[in-house]
Parts: sequence; C-alpha cells; structure tokens
Amino acid sequence: MTEPLLRPRRKDPLRKTREPLLPQGLRSRTAHGLTAAAAEGRFMLQVCTDCGFTLYPPRDACPSCLSDRVPFHDVAPGGMVLAETTIRTSTDPYFRERMPWRIGTVTLDCGPSFVAHLHGDAAEGSRVTMTLRLDKSGNAVAIAMPDKPTSHQEDDVQLRELTCDPKFRRVLITDGRNATGQAMALAMAAAHASIVFVGIADAWKPFPGETDLRAIPCVEIVPLDITDTRSVADVAGEIAHRVDILVNTSEHHRAGGIMNRHGLTIAHEEMDIRYFGLLRLAQHFGPTMRARGADGVNAAAAFVNLLSVHALMNWPEYGAFSAAEAACLSASQALRAELRGGGVKVLNMFAGPLDTEWFQSVPPPKLSPAALAKATVDALRMGIEDSYVGDIAQDIRARLDVQPKALERELGG
Amino acid sequence: MTSALTAFAAALATGTIRVIDLTHTLTPEFPTIVMPPELGQCAPFRMEEVSRYDERGPAWYWNNFSMGEHTGTHFDAPIHWVTGKELPDNAVDTIPPAHFLAPACVIDCSAESAADADFVLTVPFVEAWEAKHGRIPPQSWVLLRTDWHKRPPKAYVNLLDDGPHSPGPAPAVVKWLVEQRDVHGFGTETIGTDAGQAAHFNPPYPAHHYMHGRGRYGLQCLTNLDLLPPTGALILAAPLKIRQGSGSPLRVLALVETKP
Repeated sequence: MTEPLLRPRRKDPLRKTREPLLPQGLRSRTAHGLTAAAAEGRFMLQVCTDCGFTLYPPRDACPSCLSDRVPFHDVAPGGMVLAETTIRTSTDPYFRERMPWRIGTVTLDCGPSFVAHLHGDAAEGSRVTMTLRLDKSGNAVAIAMPDKPTSHQEDDVQLRELTCDPKFRRVLITDGRNATGQAMALAMAAAHASIVFVGIADAWKPFPGETDLRAIPCVEIVPLDITDTRSVADVAGEIAHRVDILVNTSEHHRAGGIMNRHGLTIAHEEMDIRYFGLLRLAQHFGPTMRARGADGVNAAAAFVNLLSVHALMNWPEYGAFSAAEAACLSASQALRAELRGGGVKVLNMFAGPLDTEWFQSVPPPKLSPAALAKATVDALRMGIEDSYVGDIAQDIRARLDVQPKALERELGG
Repeated sequence: MTSALTAFAAALATGTIRVIDLTHTLTPEFPTIVMPPELGQCAPFRMEEVSRYDERGPAWYWNNFSMGEHTGTHFDAPIHWVTGKELPDNAVDTIPPAHFLAPACVIDCSAESAADADFVLTVPFVEAWEAKHGRIPPQSWVLLRTDWHKRPPKAYVNLLDDGPHSPGPAPAVVKWLVEQRDVHGFGTETIGTDAGQAAHFNPPYPAHHYMHGRGRYGLQCLTNLDLLPPTGALILAAPLKIRQGSGSPLRVLALVETKP
C-alpha cells in the first residue's frame, strides 16, 4: 500500500519557492509515437507489420526482420518486474532534488523489456501493468503500476510527478453559471480538491443551481468574468498563486453556420467568451502557474480546456461555433508549449454535444455535464493531455484518423 | 448690455448656475438590459489597454473600448424602435443638434417606487404633479425620479423568474405626454425607459412605442435625479454622431440655477 498523502501545510512565506526543472526532454521523431499514446492514456508500442515482433525502445526498422513497416499499435500492458534499483544520487538537476527514485527492469508478456519507473507498490518479482505517461517535460516515460489497484496508489510520490491529481490541489472553475461548471465543482470537491474557486460573472443575474453550488463545502465564489480583461486581472491578482488546476468551463453554444447566420454579433460573443477568454486566462494566470510547477504537493499542475470535438473538424450546423473552438484548440497548443517550461500540463477535453438546453434539438447521444466532469477528473488523475469523452467525440476522433475528407463531407450533411 | 451667453458664462463661473452630472461611470460591471439568451444581446462596456507608458507605447496611456449603443447612461433615438423607423432625422447623426439641449420636468416617484418595484406612472399622477409644479411646457424632457440609481446592481435590475421588476410609465401616460404635452422625450434612472415588466403592457414597451413613434427621445440609466429641482433644469444630452446610430452612451449634464 502507499502512504496516503497528507494535506500540505500552509506554505512558509520565508522559504524560496522551488523553481520548476524538467527531466531530459529529447526524443526522436519515432519515439514521439510513445508521446502520442501517453497523451491519450493509451499503451502503444511498435509492432512489425511483416513479422509481428513488438519493439521497444522505438526504432525505425524491425530488429527481427529489418522491415521498416513498424507502426504503433495498442498492445497488452501486462508484465513482471525482474529487478529493481533505488537511485539515491544523480547528476541530473531534476532527479537530484527528487531522490531517492525507484526504477526497475520489467519484461512484458508481449515481448520487450523496459527500464521503467516503478510505482511504490510494484515490487521485484510482482506482476505489473505498464503505462506510458507524460513527464514534466511533456514526453512519454514508462511507469510500471501494480497489477491490481492498491490503497492510495494515486498518492505514490513518483506517480504524482506524472499526474495532475486534484487531491489537495486548489482548482479554479472559471464559470459556475452553467451546468458544466457546477458539475465540475462537484466532481473536484469529490476528488478531494482543497479549495474549488468558482467564477461567477454578473452576480446580479440569478442562475439555476446557485444554491446547490454555494452549498458545496470547499467552494469559494469569485467574481470572475472572462470577457472582461480587468476582471480576469483582478481575480488573478488575488488568487493566481493559489490556483493549481484551472478548468475553463466558459461556454457559448449557439447553432448557426458561417453564411447562414445573420451578422457577427453572436460570432463576436463566441470569440470573446471562448478564444479571447482563453487568452485572458492564459495571460493572467499562466505565468504564475508556470512559476509554481514544482511548488510541493500542491504545485500548479494543469490548465484544462473543455473543447468541442468539432474543433477538429467543422460541424456546419454549428459552423461558427466550431470555428471558434478550432481557434481555442490552436491557442491551447501554443499555451502547452509556453507552460511546458513549468512542467504544467494543458489538458484538452474533447466532447460532442452536451445534454443541455443549447443542444436541445440535437438527437442523442449527448454527453451529460456530470460525465464530462468525471472524465476531466479521470484525465487529471492519469496525467494525459487529450481526452475524447463520449460516443460522439470518440467517433469523430476515429473517423478523423481514417479519412478526414470523408468526415468533412459526412458532417456537412 | 451683456449677451445672453456672456451672462450664462458668468453665471457658470460664479456658481449661480451649477452643473450636475447625470451620468454613470462606464464600467464592465454595469448591467446591460437582459434579453432572452437566444436573441441578440447589447454588449457591455469593455476596455483593453493599448499601452500604459510601457513597451507598447513608452510615453502614453490609452485604451480601446467597446460597448453597445445602449450600454450605460445612454440616449435612444427614434430609429431605435420599429414605430420610429420611417421618421425623418430619426438617427443620432441626423437629429437636429438644437434638440440636445432642452429643459426638464422631474417627477418624483421615489417613495412610490420604494414601496412597489413595479410602480407604474399614470396620467392622474402626472396631473397631480402639474397641480403642484405647473403644466409641463412643450419640448421638455420628462424625467422619472425613482432613486433607482442608488440601488446595488442586483436590486437595480431586480431580475426574478418572470423578468425584471422596475418602475416605468403606463401606456396611457406616454401617449398623453406626447399628444397632450408635446414632450421632448422621457428619461429614467432604470435600465430602460420602460418598466421592467413592460413587455406585458399593451402596447409592449409603451415609452419606446409612443415616444419614438412620434420622433421623441429617450434617456436611461440616469443618476442624480434627486439633485434636480422639479422644474427649471436644462439638460445637455448630445449622443455620439454615429451614422444611422440607434442611440449612444453619452455624458448627460443638467444645468441648475441656484436660488438667490
């Protein structure tokens, strides 16, 4: 079992905040196949198309038959720890301040052997499940997890370096007026976040669910309006140094195409709430989060965007909305690069239509806000950076992989 | 003999004539009118800094701002309403500039509004006011003093699940003011010239319907009406010259003569 994490004490204001350092981050182009798998929480290795040999580490040709047809596939992650080592000193600045560190040799049932990070409950001789995770540098590393879940396994100190678990972290939910923001607040509270700051714009305007939201014990309401630069700056000034996970729940779902819509007022609102809102949050919260990427148990960990899966391919019925989402996706990629220096992850949650009033006339399947919130907590616990939630998002993702042009035509109706 | 304007300037300089600001400060937080969410919305005031003596402009500070024509303390032109859409000179750029200066009658409904957020101004109420202060002269603004400007935002908009609740005029009194008193326009402290529940009046939004239908003007989100005398104030209300603009945020000033 893992020693349960203790709630961090209040910070000693006389101590210097530890600066974020990153583990070695160079990977070959081929090795980024592992990064792609880790980004989605999948376990994928190269499998030779010609002879079926499973490769690790990544190579450009099969060591068994020299074929260059070695694409990544999902493979069985089961294996056994052959040997373990505890490293007590290192010349690497990142690991040097995180000693001791356990690594081990793990042989997978599907063939290859790994030198991998070991979860504290993955002992020599035991069965393990190998996982690929993104480390602070944003690159894939392998960590062997116990075969069966152990108590408090998510609190393992080496694992927590690779995840963004909300436990004992302070979360900012940018918009609590909508169902998604409220479901997110509940989910974060249930995941043992220590504080859930919830932004409420236009407090003079009543909204459904307000009483229940205010009743969540760890919720603290902040007067945040992400369409107002001054408001974002003011709230960031007060709490940015206490925001470890930022979840942007602002939304503006409106039907209507590009040509088949009358004027630009709604498009302005879409861009202001979604795209410029993201920029405001990034500019005012991002720098402080980046500086706090190694600030102890509740170090800044993740900036979460809830995106429509139609950011990836336009859905003309919601054409202008899709375009604004695509702008947010593009911005999130830049933000990811900017936050990487602090080891802070950008998590994009891709969803299809939500089961809310703004998609009332859209036929099922639709995603409930609660399901999106739960998936977000799960994604943070895994430390991934791209999550496709629900049937529609996964279907779009799969069709995009196979034939993007066909998907464009199909969405065009 | 001194000219009227010289005497006026002297009166301003000596404080015989005082200038009272009837304008709210433009801030992002100030409420704008709430429409059903599927309809177009009036943009609230927003400001982005261009530079502040920094790398974006070393010696100067300036901002870009954005808002709707009907944000903050603002002026309604006749073209704002469907009933005034065909009138001549009905937009803020074509209204004769002399119309931007007019005297005001201030009708105090503050006690009634405090007692009833849905207080409705009626013809008998105005007739009672006239009995005390004299007949409303033609081409006067009629300003409804409710002390609504003193309320915090939530009570100011006063949104319940059946819409906003704030005082305003009944259809009959607006028609009467236009037809029987030939007023210049109607001004309020509330978010619009009409009552919060005026969507349910017949016709809906009577201040808009009748005033703009007859080429008269509106002023709303006024403040400091409690500082004005019932009669005798001169209102300077000149909207921005926006081509075919339906209204505009503006600075509204009242000139008030100090009693000797």
